[in-house]
Amino acid sequence: MAELAHMVDVYVMGRHYRVPQGLTILTALEYCGYRVVRGCGCRAGFCGACATVYNFRNDAQLRYDLACQKTVEQDMYLVQIPFFPALKAIYDVDRLEPSGEQVLALYPDIVKCYGCNTCTKSCPQELETMWFMSDALRGDIRQVAVKSFDCVMCGLCAARCPQGLVPYNVALLCRRLYGHYLAPVSQHLEDRIAEIRAGKFDAEMDKLKKMGRGDLRRLYDQREIEPA
Amino acid sequence: MYPAHMEESIRKVEATRGRRLQETLRRLSSDEKEPLLREHHPDFIAGKMRQLAVGPNKGEYTPSELADLLEGNSRIDPDKIDLGRVDHDLDVLVIGGGGAGATAAVLAKQSGATVLLATKLRLGDANTVGAQAGTQAADRPNDSPLMHYLDTMGGGHFDNIPELVEALVKDAPEVIRWLETLGVNWDKNPDGSMHELSGGGASRLRLHSARDYTGLEEMRVLRDEVRNQGIRHLEFSPAVELLLDGRGHAAGAVLVNLETNELTVVRAKAVVMATGGAGRLHIQGFPTTNHYGATADGLVLAYRAGAQIIFLDTMQYHPTGAVYPMQILGQLVTEKVRTLGAQLVNAEGGQFIMSLEPRDVVAAAIIRECQGRGKGIATPAGQVGVWLDSPMIDMIRGEGSIARELPAMVRQFGRFGIDIVKEPMLVYPTLHYQNGGIRISADGSTSVAGLYAAGECGGGVHGRNRLIGNSTLDIFVFGRRAGKAAAEWSRKAAPGALSLDHVRRWQKGLEQAGLAGSRPVSPLLLPDYARPMADFLPDSARRSLPVQRVKLT
Ligand SMILES: Cc1cc2nc3c(=O)[nH]c(=O)nc-3n(C[C@H](O)[C@H](O)[C@H](O)COP(=O)(O)OP(=O)(O)OC[C@H]3O[C@@H](n4cnc5c(N)ncnc54)[C@H](O)[C@@H]3O)c2cc1C
Ligand code: FES
Repeated sequence: MAELAHMVDVYVMGRHYRVPQGLTILTALEYCGYRVVRGCGCRAGFCGACATVYNFRNDAQLRYDLACQKTVEQDMYLVQIPFFPALKAIYDVDRLEPSGEQVLALYPDIVKCYGCNTCTKSCPQELETMWFMSDALRGDIRQVAVKSFDCVMCGLCAARCPQGLVPYNVALLCRRLYGHYLAPVSQHLEDRIAEIRAGKFDAEMDKLKKMGRGDLRRLYDQREIEPA
Repeated sequence: MYPAHMEESIRKVEATRGRRLQETLRRLSSDEKEPLLREHHPDFIAGKMRQLAVGPNKGEYTPSELADLLEGNSRIDPDKIDLGRVDHDLDVLVIGGGGAGATAAVLAKQSGATVLLATKLRLGDANTVGAQAGTQAADRPNDSPLMHYLDTMGGGHFDNIPELVEALVKDAPEVIRWLETLGVNWDKNPDGSMHELSGGGASRLRLHSARDYTGLEEMRVLRDEVRNQGIRHLEFSPAVELLLDGRGHAAGAVLVNLETNELTVVRAKAVVMATGGAGRLHIQGFPTTNHYGATADGLVLAYRAGAQIIFLDTMQYHPTGAVYPMQILGQLVTEKVRTLGAQLVNAEGGQFIMSLEPRDVVAAAIIRECQGRGKGIATPAGQVGVWLDSPMIDMIRGEGSIARELPAMVRQFGRFGIDIVKEPMLVYPTLHYQNGGIRISADGSTSVAGLYAAGECGGGVHGRNRLIGNSTLDIFVFGRRAGKAAAEWSRKAAPGALSLDHVRRWQKGLEQAGLAGSRPVSPLLLPDYARPMADFLPDSARRSLPVQRVKLT
């Protein structure tokens, strides 16, 4: 366990602990004896449940990250972010327009962005948050979808926005608008759905379903495989 | 930024890369796979499984860690709960807020039912968000539901229930479109055709993806839809016991507030179980890809209420869990990496298995390479693994492919100073998926009237081994079916008085079998990773304090 040989000093809500080097903020809290209930989901950097802020003993500037992915460093001050509700517009995705006016109608406050860029700086996924917010303002739905795609909806951008905006929900609306209205149609998908509805595969399917294990296995072993 | 001895091995991997780019290993025949699995797959290690001593599947084998919970003691004393005081009264209760639960809730609501969704952590904190590679659906012209059927049956060792596989493959294209209509952004080519990839055990390119954030994309859209539909949902409120009526029909559940221990009684005419998997049981000590709450709760509750389970003698170990750095031990390295062309390579730079065989086969081959043949690479923390040669991808598919197709992987390793465009990743099997579960029919119904199940907690669809991309399909296919069927059932159902008699009978059964004293309380709810502190509690206090005060949750 060579990696565990060194210990680092951290402070949880101000209290001093020594933890093995190489732990994440999440596992360091657990090492200190805390049983986490809130602030922990996938433990793998995908769900955003563990959004956290930290700074250092001699450096008050706040940093932002996912507790399950960030390795602890010497003299880190750790806290957990308290829950706070964020604004989410309620809508029927079937009755929208894929336009900037639509986004503005549902999230009128986005005009209040004054470009401080705090949202971008606070994003643990390193997304260009402020830039997709300005794309949203301009009604460039596709750009918002592209730029915001890797968002885990941890909420740090909303937590830090001095204007109370909710970039992650605005981005979600734009991605849904893109998928529903703007993505090019997949004709082969439509065709296949129609074929299945028309019963094209039913007779063959019945045969397969009734086939004995040996025959099925033979078919399987002989099936031709499309090159990856 | 690998330690020196690992860098040395990487030089060997680089030296053989040119040759390996031309080299394709043959796939194994069914006859060759069987001995490999028998000798090296964790499912076949003697002494790690045990026969269930009580319940509907008495006599069947399952991993000891799961058997303990299935045979566990209830968390509640029926005599202390007033079932006359009902907190929520509705048509359909959905237990679990992952992909299957959210889907079932939306469909039940659309079918006219009143719905409550109860979940253990936040809505969407679930295995679903972790899915990276994609979702299968046979929608390309050279593919068909028949081929998808054959691949799925073969992957499952022909044990799958045919009706369920038929439902899975025939609903699949419809599900892909349904998700798009809800606003999911699929990876597409400029002409609108889906950008599809192959996957282990699939004979066609059939995997629909959303970068390598497929499950996240699916889950965040469904979670938003649950909210838009105004569906009531309770977070941090896991179910700890099902409620039945006098006839043994499902009639609701008892929920507990995870932070305060307050109980909530829910009466419902139908219940959909959608609690997901069991990775956090760390079967055989394996690390896991699963989310914090994947503790088999739904199996425990349904089993106690009399539901049959199926195929719980097999777990899926994903072949490629991260081994280095230790911060991400056991976390998923998506199969998409192999789909895109990366090979599995041993310490000497040699291939040892065709990397797109079904998962159980690849996992067994990696274990054989490391344990049986000693050709793995050890990390400073004492783990062993083999290389997954990611840099090949850009060589095969052109520069920039890795960045475009695998942003999550690039980010995850990049955080620790490893650039997967330039250097391979060290991997070893990790506990990933519960192949079996509560036995379902094609409409999601179980052997308990009024109880439905969908998603990873359900069983039968995948036989003894699930294929890539078939689970994020399963959750929508059977989530939709179960949601609809539960709503329909609730229209006719006339449940009698709420009862916990089945829990009383269960406890009596445990006493009679002599197990009550030796089994844990279950469901587990959450694993306990807090470092244990010295126990100073006097025995008198332990006897007089309620369990919850001795140990929270
Ligand atoms: C990292 C990872 C990658 C994967 N990649 C793929 C892939 O590429 N393709 C694919 O097809 N499949 C993949 N899978 C598998 C697939 O994602 C899951 O099997 C599937 O999403 C499970 O969905 P579910 O809704 O059944 O369960 P989950 O999504 O796990 O949801 C279950 C929910 O139930 C809640 N719950 C648990 N117990 C209780 C209780 N007692 N009371 C109330 N609520 C409870 C949980 O908190 C959770 O919210 C992957 C899985 C993981 C973990
Ligand atoms: S726990 Fe999910 S992102 Fe950290």
